[in-house]
This record gives sequence, structure tokens and C-alpha cells, in this order.
Amino acid sequence: MTTDAADPAEAAAIAPAADAGFLQRHGTTIEYILIPGAALCGALALFGVFVALFGKNPLDLYFYMYYGAFGTWFSWQNTLTRAAPLILTALCTALPAQLGMVIIGGEGALLIGALAATGAALALPSAPPLAVQMAMVCAGMLGGGLWIMLAGGLRQFRGVNETISSLLLVYIALAILNHLVEGAMRDPASLNKPSTREIGAANMIGSIPGTDVHWGLVFGLIAAVASYILIYHTVFGFAARVAGGNVRAAKIVGLNVSKLILTVCFLAGAAAGLAGMVEVAAVQGRTNANLAAGYGFTGILVAFLARQNPLAIIPVAILLGGISASGGLLQRRLGLPDASVLVLQGIIFVFVLASDALYGRIGFLKGKA
Amino acid sequence: MDFGRISRRHLLQGGAALTLGTAVGARSAFAAETTIGFIYVGSRDDYGYNQAHAQGAAALKKMPGLKVVEEEKVPETDAVEKTMESMINLDGATLLFPTSFGYYNPHMIKMANKFPKLRFQHCGGLWSDKDPKNAGSYFGYIDEAQYISGIVAGYSSKTGKLGFVAAKPIPQVLRNINAFTLGARLANPKATTQVIFTGDWSMPVKEAEATNSLIDQGVDVLTCHVDGPKTMVENAARRGAMVCGYHVNQSPLAPKAYLTGAEWNWEALYPKFVKMIAAGEAIPNFYRGGLKEEIVKVSPYGEAVSAEARKHADDIKAKLTAGDYVIFKGPITDNKGKVVIAAGTERGQKDAELEKMDYLVEGVIGATS
Repeated sequence: MTTDAADPAEAAAIAPAADAGFLQRHGTTIEYILIPGAALCGALALFGVFVALFGKNPLDLYFYMYYGAFGTWFSWQNTLTRAAPLILTALCTALPAQLGMVIIGGEGALLIGALAATGAALALPSAPPLAVQMAMVCAGMLGGGLWIMLAGGLRQFRGVNETISSLLLVYIALAILNHLVEGAMRDPASLNKPSTREIGAANMIGSIPGTDVHWGLVFGLIAAVASYILIYHTVFGFAARVAGGNVRAAKIVGLNVSKLILTVCFLAGAAAGLAGMVEVAAVQGRTNANLAAGYGFTGILVAFLARQNPLAIIPVAILLGGISASGGLLQRRLGLPDASVLVLQGIIFVFVLASDALYGRIGFLKGKA
Repeated sequence: MDFGRISRRHLLQGGAALTLGTAVGARSAFAAETTIGFIYVGSRDDYGYNQAHAQGAAALKKMPGLKVVEEEKVPETDAVEKTMESMINLDGATLLFPTSFGYYNPHMIKMANKFPKLRFQHCGGLWSDKDPKNAGSYFGYIDEAQYISGIVAGYSSKTGKLGFVAAKPIPQVLRNINAFTLGARLANPKATTQVIFTGDWSMPVKEAEATNSLIDQGVDVLTCHVDGPKTMVENAARRGAMVCGYHVNQSPLAPKAYLTGAEWNWEALYPKFVKMIAAGEAIPNFYRGGLKEEIVKVSPYGEAVSAEARKHADDIKAKLTAGDYVIFKGPITDNKGKVVIAAGTERGQKDAELEKMDYLVEGVIGATS
């Protein structure tokens, strides 16, 4: 992966000069926008055919998808609310991917982060809200970070496949959450819905002023941009990508690969842990089994669709947030089953992965070299 | 296609989401065309909890002047808040039925505060004085129907060993297990109920394992309290055991094995609610009842049920329907030998102590933790 190829922001900054060599000079960048865009259109077209087979008008489908996801200010807020946790959980997969690791355990880091954040808030009953919120952020990120670092450590020191271990750690995290919520941390008043005590209305972080969208979106944007800078514009990020490209070469030039792996896994888990903290502090107000809503798993999809690029995660998360926001409208207006949204997500995934084969093969974009 | 209507009516609102509260408030509470929104946590054809509500929604669809919109598989996160808002903003719903227990706090409370002119009816019986007045929570004493199931099961079992596949050891579930067992011991004082907790509301694999394990231990009549009894009913019938259903009538799944079952009667309650609103009556915020109030019912007996069992069950059912029968009447000891309801104490249907139930009565084999 070359630096300029993964840098759409840079491409956007350059004014589109209309000289003859433009397509060739920026071919790689254009590919990175054109190919996923075409894959998305192809997926939508195929989904339209699928819906037509059910006797529904595909034009209705496209209209309601647009209307439910982006058609009104309310729809936009709905989309952004759903996108917020996905940006953070996607980073949990995208960051380790720079090192060539496939981590799919963001859900576990989210749950542990939520538990840790709740624990921090409940341990500080009389502290001022800002202090409690800071403690929750730190605890959430620490909890989630250590959780994924565990998977990274198992891979680096014990040779355990990180994909499998991070996935299995999700179920351990869920079991720990259920155990604590139904036992030591249970609010005795939560009779039929075992939950922890509430963190208190004063400690909730609320919404971005003028909207219904909670602050998790801003956290996500900051984390995504910071990750981008870290990966592509720092020595640390360069070292991580070198190790991801060729571990032996990295060791020969004297890079401490263990340290890189553990740090990147920690940062990845911290992002998902932060998503868990936000779910508690902005949405649920306490921890219970509701937190296992699958944001961690959808984040994997987002990261792969964004080709593990932290900046590309933002539009992809908004796209998937929009699909999920419009899913309800598709059920209500077209009578499509809930699973149709999953079918669309699956089709997009397959199209985007299959379109990988096109990179560098589009004739008119090829350089003269 | 009704794009024209949507765009005129709603696209304008999109730009001015902040004024929506007043826009919605201006709409009369129940105009000629009333839109009612139903939200389910699982799929609406699950032969269980969600299907029971969908049957209630179907009863409303038959009434003139009502439009019912439905959305299934909505998680208990801010997704349900957005679904409610979407039904209000995009579909014009004025009465909402978020039917899952975990939708109530904080999600439905938040929406009820945000849209004070609209009515929210939640299933779970959670409303308290602190909650908004336009929010209501209803529930049924389905343990009365489980008691009848227990009587039938007690007569039908040859081994005297009954099985109960349960989700979580929370008061509501324990009350069903205990009522079922007390009913069975009316018929056969030596009957025992072996209970297995799966740990969550929808765990088909564990439910199948629990069913098989119970039958392996000599259990020949089973019932359950999970969201979708389908797995238990089909597996038990395949193994030659008999079943008592839960939530809805599952006899189509196992016509020969189905004895009877404890069902919700939402198709009677929901039209009643709508008629009350249309007549200008206030629905009590906290609305509960059992067989007498027609909120729960008992499935018609299957062909395997003996005349003796029918007579005894019908007799008790008549008494419960008349409101002069108490199921939890002392002396009752738990399965560790401790007296939980003293001799001479009667804990009737509405007794608040029963809401905190944390024991299994004598005759139940199993533990709450």
C-alpha cells in the first residue's frame, strides 16, 4: 500500500487540472474512489433485482432507502446516530490490519469497555460530572485496550491465531458481563432486567447541541483522523506498516515488533472500549445485556469495506448507518423482512471484496510507465 | 407509490426537525386515520413472544380507520428510539407499542418526554409515578395460565417428571415455573419439575440441548419460558414427549404432542385499548390482569388430554376467571425446605411480594443461581 494511494484527502486538495495527463497522474487515487463506488452501485442494482423478484418496485426501494437514510434532517440524525459506534468499532479492526493482523473481536472490547466505564462511574458517586466522565473515558479505553492487547500478546508470544482468539474473547467478555450484571454489580431493584445501577443523569454526556446525535460521533471522527495521522504521517505508523508488510525485514532493520503489535492492539481495543463507554454514558445509562447489540461485528464489515483506511471508515460507517436507518422504513412501507438489510450488506461486502481484483487493471487509468 | 404525499407532508419537516414537537402536537390525538406503530425485538413469526404481539397488531388492522406499521428485530439500544421517532416523523404514528421489556427505560421514557402529546404503550408492567403520564406499561398474570398447564401436565405425565426450559432466573420466569409446578402437584402430588436455565431469551441451540437433556432424564411433559418456544416444542415432539406451549398456540407445530399452553391474549387487549382512546377514556398507566381480565388465555386442549384432566383444569380455570382463587396460598416451602409463604397467608394475583420472587417451590429440581 503506497502512501499517496491511501490518501484521498490529498487528492481532494489538488485542484482537478484538466490537462491530458490528469487521469494517468492520479490514476491510483481515482481508482480508490471509482472502484468502491462502482461496486456499491452494482450491489444496489443487484439488490434491486432481488427486491423485484419479491414483487416490489425497485424504484420505491431506492427512494425509501434515500428517504429513510438521508432524505430529511431527522433521517440524517438517525443515520449519524447509528454510524457513531461503527466508526470506533471499525478502528478496532482497521488498526491491527496495518500490522497484517485480522482482529474481529471489537464486540468484546466494547463490552469490557462499557463494564469498566460503568465501574468507574459507580466507584465515584460524589465526584463532579466532568471528573466522572473523564474517569469513564479512561477506564473504557483501558479496559477495551487491554482486552485486544490480550489477543495481540497471545499471537506474538504464544503463536495463537489472533482472529480466532479475538473472536472467542467476545464470548468470554459477554460471559463476564452477564456474570457481573446478574451478580456482583447487579442493582437489586432491576428485578426482571438484570442491570448495574445507573451512572446518574448528571454524568450522562448528552447530545451534540442542536441535534439528537450523541457525542460518540465526535469521538469517532477524532479517533479516525488521529488514527489516520498516526498510521500515515508518523514514524510509529510507518514502522507498523513496515512490520505489517514484512516482519523479517522489520526485525532486520531493528524494529521492536512485539512493542508495535501490543501498542497497536491496545489502541484498537481502546477505540472499541470508547464505543462501549459512549453507549453507557450517552445511551443506556447503565450496563446490561442490551450492550451486546452487534456494533463490534458490524464494525468488522465497515473496516473491510473501507479497505482498513481510517479516513475511509467515516463515509463507510455513515453509509452502513444509513442502510440500517432506512431498514425500518423498508420494513414498514415495502413489507420487506428485516433480513433484507442483511442481504444488502452481504451483497455490498461481496461486491467490494470482488472489486479488489480490478485495481491496476483499468486501462485508461494506467500510467505510461 | 405515494411519493407525492410523503414529500409534501414530511420533507418540509425534515428541514425543521426542531419544530417537529409542535408539528406533531398540532395533529389531533386521534383523527379519522390513526397510525399505530408496533415494534418487536425478534421476528414477528417466531411462534412466541413477538408473534403474540403481532397477532394483537393483526387484530387492529381489521378495525376501520386504523393504519398499523410494524418493525421487527429492533435491538434494545438507541435504535429503538430512532425507530419510534421514525414512525412518528415519517409515518405520522400517534400511538406506539414498543413491545419488548428492555425498550422501556431509558428509550421509551425518553421518547414519551420528547413527544408529550403522543401515547406510548409498553408491554412489561413497569410504569411508576415518576414516569411520564403519556407512557403506559401493561402486562398479564400469565402464571394463571401456566397453573392450568401444570394441572394438565400433572395428569398427562406417566413418569411424574416434568421439564421446564427457562431463560433467566428472574422473578417473572420463577413465578411461571412455580405456578406450573404447583398446578402439576394438584394433579399429582409427587410430580417434580426439572428446570434448566439457558441464560438468555433466544438461544435455540441451548434450548434444544436442554430439551433433549430433560427427555434423557425421563421427563415426558415439557414447557418453557423463552422468547421462541418453537425449538423446544418441535424437539420434544420429535422425541415423543408431550408439551405445554407458551406465548402463543404452538399446536400447529406439534398437533399430537400439544396438550395445552399459556397464551397472551393481545388480540383482545389491543382493540380494547384503541376503543378506550377513541371513546376518550384514559388507559390506566399501569394496566395488568389475568384470565379474568382476558389478558391471558389457555390454549384449547389437545386430544391426548384425559377427561379427568380437562374437568379439573376447567374447574380451576372457572374459579380463576371468576377471581376467587389464589395460586400462591400458604403454606408454601421452597425446594430447600424454607417456608416462603406462611400457612394462612394468601398472596393474590396483584400482591407486590410475588413480583420479587427469588425462590423455586418444593417439587422444582433446579437452582436460581
